[in-house]
Amino acid sequence: MSRLSLGKWLLPLYTALALIFLMVPIVYTFIFSFNDSLKSNITWRGFTLDKWLNVCAVQNGAVCQAFGNSLIIGLAATLIATTLGTMIAIALVRYRFRFRSSTSLLLFLPMATPEVVLGAGLAAQFLSLGVPKDMLTIILAHTMFCISFVVVTVKARVAGLDPALEEAGRDLYGSPGQVFARITFPLLLPGILAAALLSFALSFDDFIITNFNSGAVTTFPKYIYISASRGIPAEANVIASAVFILALVIVVTAQVSAAARAKRQARLG
Amino acid sequence: MPSGAFADRGADLELVGIQKRFPGFTAIEHLDLVIPAGSFFALLGPSGCGKTTTLRLVAGLEDPTGGRILIGGTDVTAQKAYQRPVNTVFQSYALFPHMTVLENVAFGLRRRQITDALGKAHEALRLVELDHLAARKPVQLSGGQQQRVALARAIVNRPALLLLDEPLGALDLKLRRQMQLELKTIQEEVGLTFLHVTHDQEEAMTMADTIAVMNKGRIEQLGAPEQLYELPRTAFVANFLGQSNLFTGPVVGETSTSIAVDIAGRSIVVPKTRSHRHAGDVTIGVRPEKLTLHRDKPVHDSGHNVMGPGRVTDVSFTGVSTQYLVSVPGVGVLIVFEQNRSFGPVEGEGDEVWVTWNVEHGFGLDDDPVAPDPRFVADTSTKSIAAQRRAALVTELEEA
Repeated sequence: MSRLSLGKWLLPLYTALALIFLMVPIVYTFIFSFNDSLKSNITWRGFTLDKWLNVCAVQNGAVCQAFGNSLIIGLAATLIATTLGTMIAIALVRYRFRFRSSTSLLLFLPMATPEVVLGAGLAAQFLSLGVPKDMLTIILAHTMFCISFVVVTVKARVAGLDPALEEAGRDLYGSPGQVFARITFPLLLPGILAAALLSFALSFDDFIITNFNSGAVTTFPKYIYISASRGIPAEANVIASAVFILALVIVVTAQVSAAARAKRQARLG
Repeated sequence: MPSGAFADRGADLELVGIQKRFPGFTAIEHLDLVIPAGSFFALLGPSGCGKTTTLRLVAGLEDPTGGRILIGGTDVTAQKAYQRPVNTVFQSYALFPHMTVLENVAFGLRRRQITDALGKAHEALRLVELDHLAARKPVQLSGGQQQRVALARAIVNRPALLLLDEPLGALDLKLRRQMQLELKTIQEEVGLTFLHVTHDQEEAMTMADTIAVMNKGRIEQLGAPEQLYELPRTAFVANFLGQSNLFTGPVVGETSTSIAVDIAGRSIVVPKTRSHRHAGDVTIGVRPEKLTLHRDKPVHDSGHNVMGPGRVTDVSFTGVSTQYLVSVPGVGVLIVFEQNRSFGPVEGEGDEVWVTWNVEHGFGLDDDPVAPDPRFVADTSTKSIAAQRRAALVTELEEA
């Protein structure tokens, strides 16, 4: 046995083990979304499609309600954070102003601060200001930490943008608005989209900060956390699996279309 | 002009007392310049001489610290870049990567709401022989093709003034020659005023009707290429535009038509009409290809200047000609170009030679005799400014 042949099977084995380790919880969740469960969803009681077909039936639609809340919060926070974050990123790269570096530093803080501290601190602020905790406070909280990620993502894209392109736009009779709409924005778009996806994923996922600032409103992660103590209904597995599959489909579609585009360009060039 | 019709012809460009200061340095001290309509004008100078800044001021991409810019008699100093009847071919081409070649070319026309923008864009692409690539993205083109797209994108707007910012710098020699010819042809065809910024003296001489040699934010000399070459006014021009043998010494004799300058004990004659100074210490010069080498001491002749004897210290064969370095005691090293009329070099290293030239070929400079300028100073071309800015931003980004 030479070392070479050892490497031949060791690496694939290691890779397979790592993948299995990562996939087990997901596969488990997916399989148990078909469990004909009663109150708890821990033991396998037989296959059924009921939970997939009647997702919202359980507990007067609490699962779907929570899912809907998470969607609304995610979309709102993403929209606000992406818009503001993009503007901040452009300003930080393009302009020199007072407190520029302190602004940069401040934007990094939410990423570096432990979520518990951030969530508790925000909750205290809302309390002392007398703001009632509801959807709005969650959206505000999510926007706050999403902005940091948007700024970091878009900033790199802005810094990589050749200033000569915008100058060429101005030189070719483009007013500042036209130059932004037709040159700057389209060229930043991949970065902005990446930032938006990241924001949505972070917001949709968030539990700790949400838990501090949500009051009576239940988001999807919060619902799962609460129900974990008395048994998560299979409907939660259904939604989680559906989200996972949707994400997978999006990623695969993007990859395939990118490959097709590269192929087409290669043929042209 | 921005919205509405094309400029029907090129326009005069006039710079009046232009000054430009950046934080930390002055790019242009005081610049007065008139470029007549329809001419091909080259601003020639080393990196950091202010030529690119001048171009950016005319384009409206920078604001002057002082002075006025007039195009076709209209003061455009206060106008924004997109309001000026000027287009630029950028050094980096700056083609929009997310648009096709056709969309790139039609961009300016569409912004000005000119009818049949796509038709006119196709026409411009045909002019640069790239219409068959109209549907491609810029990244799918070669450097030379990108350069031609950039040119088409600018001239399709029929600007009163076309600015060229070293657009041929990135091309290889053969392609550059070809593009030079094409540019010149297009300029004659469309009759635009071209302002071409370059550090390539050969390119400037081949293409331009008039050259302004810039150095340290000032114009050293302005004139037709032959005039600048044959009769440089300063040591900078004499050395930047081709090579020169320069000698400095006091004027020791004078006739009604010429002066005699003492160079290490030899009397060198220069016609008065070809010398800017006629008394005191003067710097005189002669181009290397005007010199002739002799193996025997030449017979004295009032029509020629003689220097020597000297020793050949280096011989380099360059194909068309051979370059000799001749060390003459007390004078220094002379550069001599000899045409290879027969085969190869005729002198060898270490040979004792005399150098002569026709009195009519010498020239006298206007400079105060000083040490030659350092050729390489701070680099401030557009590209390097952009690169510096970007580098600064990157470091900031990393620090943040």
